[in-house]
Amino acid sequence: MPLMRNDSFVENSYRLIADDEAIPASGDILVPLARLEEAEGRLTSSQGRLGIHVPNTVKPASLTPLFNEVALISVAFPAFNDGRGFSIARRLRRNGFNGTLRATGPLIADQYAYAKACGFDEIDLPEGLAARQGDDQWKKGASAISLSYQRGYARSSSILDRRRAAH
Amino acid sequence: MYRYDEFDRTFVNERVAEFRSQVERRLDGSLSDDEFKPLRLMNGLYLQLHAYMLRVAIPYGTLSARQMRQLALIADKWDKGYGHFTTRQNIQFNWPKLSDVPAMLDALAEVEMHAIQTSGNCIRNVTADQFSGVAFDEVEDPRPTAELLRQWSSLHPEFTFLPRKFKIAVTGATHDRAAIKAHDIGLRVLRHPDTHEVGYQVSVGGGLGRTPLIGKTIREFLPRNDLLPYLEALMRVYNSEGRRDNKYKARVKILVHETGIEEIRKAVEDEFAALDGASVAADPNELERIAAYFAPPAYEKLPSVSLSLQQAMQNNAAFARFVETNGFKHKAPGYRAITVSLKPIGGAPGDATSDEMRALADASDQFSLGELRVTHLQNIVLPYVKDDDLFALWSFLTEHRLATANIGLITDIVACPGMDYCALATTRSIPIAQAIALKFADPDRQKIIGELGIKISGCINACGHHHIGTIGILGLEKFGEESYQITLGGDATETATIGERLGPGVTADEVPETIERLVDIYLAERNADERFIDTYRRVGLDRFKGAIHATDA
Amino acid sequence: MSKAPSLPAILMANDLLSGDVVFLGPKQWEKSHRKALIAHHIGEAESLLARAAVDFKTNQIVDPYLVHVTITANSEPVPVHYREKMRTLGPTTRLDLGKQAEA
Repeated sequence: MPLMRNDSFVENSYRLIADDEAIPASGDILVPLARLEEAEGRLTSSQGRLGIHVPNTVKPASLTPLFNEVALISVAFPAFNDGRGFSIARRLRRNGFNGTLRATGPLIADQYAYAKACGFDEIDLPEGLAARQGDDQWKKGASAISLSYQRGYARSSSILDRRRAAH
Repeated sequence: MYRYDEFDRTFVNERVAEFRSQVERRLDGSLSDDEFKPLRLMNGLYLQLHAYMLRVAIPYGTLSARQMRQLALIADKWDKGYGHFTTRQNIQFNWPKLSDVPAMLDALAEVEMHAIQTSGNCIRNVTADQFSGVAFDEVEDPRPTAELLRQWSSLHPEFTFLPRKFKIAVTGATHDRAAIKAHDIGLRVLRHPDTHEVGYQVSVGGGLGRTPLIGKTIREFLPRNDLLPYLEALMRVYNSEGRRDNKYKARVKILVHETGIEEIRKAVEDEFAALDGASVAADPNELERIAAYFAPPAYEKLPSVSLSLQQAMQNNAAFARFVETNGFKHKAPGYRAITVSLKPIGGAPGDATSDEMRALADASDQFSLGELRVTHLQNIVLPYVKDDDLFALWSFLTEHRLATANIGLITDIVACPGMDYCALATTRSIPIAQAIALKFADPDRQKIIGELGIKISGCINACGHHHIGTIGILGLEKFGEESYQITLGGDATETATIGERLGPGVTADEVPETIERLVDIYLAERNADERFIDTYRRVGLDRFKGAIHATDA
Repeated sequence: MSKAPSLPAILMANDLLSGDVVFLGPKQWEKSHRKALIAHHIGEAESLLARAAVDFKTNQIVDPYLVHVTITANSEPVPVHYREKMRTLGPTTRLDLGKQAEA
């Protein structure tokens, strides 16, 4: 599925392994939490990268012990207006996850800046949506609002900080 | 009042440009209708019964004469010459075209106004006491806090796709005129009893609508500097745990009700402890910078009694009545806050024509240092009027038919637009308000009845706040006809109470007589000086039931 | 359609750009309900919905739906429900506004 990363569509190397599918021996793969151990058994780090795909009902704290075991955490967005993933991302980053954070679902370009600010590195989108909203819309979405008010989010600066600096 | 700096201006202009682009992308199919809907709602644009409706934000109800004039211009240029002031201190235009909305937003941005987040599942307009800064019983002006929260909540990256809408209200006085207990978060500015440090009492989970609930205290005292971190913690808990399976169970009040305040408090306090408060808190200087905009004006040194006012009141009974009914006690000697009624007898509550808006702006410039307030009871306040000027003001208002002396009385009715305008409504509400007002038009009779707040909602969403009306009226559909249920004893203040249902619904025609019977019962029962609400609390609901049973005959 | 619509019916929607209430006529969307095409049979109703679906896809209208009407003596389709009737008229509190005020 099309992957939005750094304001462009890029190759999506991770493959989501279906529940009834065998864990392949190589390649970047995404598995649900329940199959993580199995996947770790099959795949060594030289054969490919391992990521987990979690629903947006996951308790972020439960993932902390796994941070060193996975290169990527994918958080499901069942709908673009279900914003739970934004809080999940924020908590995961706060808890120290330094790997790749992915939002998976029908997010729209207008949410790109929010996703980034909350700590997402990339967004895995449905085909149809990516077709409707090309690169340029995502670039625009990322930069539509040049400065925002909230402090402490993953952004260059906030209005409050700029005001502080100006004095 | 707050003035935008270059950051605020850029922010609003960028948001307008973004909305313009969103409209274009809707038209060219980049955005589906489902994707566009929340985006347009987040810019205050509804699709209503007859047309679009644009809800413009009036942050904490404060606006300048210049802004009021621009609202009048917008009404004339892109709408049908009038607007409606709402129960959340905003203004609504009922007839904009989608194609015109970006231009309207530009016109708003010109005067530092916007329609950001006046709808949608995000944090809405932060409302406040309409007498902020001038009320005699105020601990601290809540508006700097409200302005800080307005900025903090605007296009928040984490809290823009909440389970449902989120409403915050702030009061700085002991008497709550902002209905904070009926809000998702209510903030009361107060002094710590021991240290005298200024901070906030925080309540959560209030709300009206389908499941009316009074907010519960989650924090007795929150130090000022912890405001943004604490609210971030609370919003994060709500964003994560709030129900998303059922639109009617998605407000934070349901989460508090179903989980229990103890557990919610624990979750919020845990989150608050875990997050890095220093990285998200506002600089103390920032709140000071904002507060400077709300510094009291340079009041003239006036005696507390104005002889010219006394004289004028003695000479003119109608004027005296206006002062007594529409005046509010001011902090500064020789001054008064005047509430201008937008409830002329037989008019649509809260509506103002563009001419009336301009008259209000002129009155404000001439008599109130260029500032106005919108109240959540759909009236307009002129906050800085000198007693010496009251007669001149009243004469001016009378000339413009804005001098109805009914504030707080039975004809000062709150009504949502109802089915005459709103796509969500199940019945009409404005005609009910009009009929009641006409029945009780006599000013002498109104004076005898005294303080009585009637609130009317045209559907279960309760935008008319009927649950917290002394008399509440809720319109429902019954067997294909409009039917009105009456509740009694609602209270929007610090003694917040949800009204109790009186009996079966009555028809539109029966409403005014039913109200009359209720008033008659009250007048028969009351002790000296008792308001309707006091008598009701003393004698109870059953005593009033006769008002409805009589119609079954 | 999941539930059989009440007939006869007309099709109502909102024009996307203007927000006006519009009615599907024989050839195009009309501002007056008097020009609405009336569906007497389920096939006709389905055809109205299908046409509306196309115009929704091409971003001309939004929120199309069938409205149960009664036909008056001079062949005017008047909505049965008071809410839908109001959409053909305008606010009852401002008779100078809305469709009721237009020719």
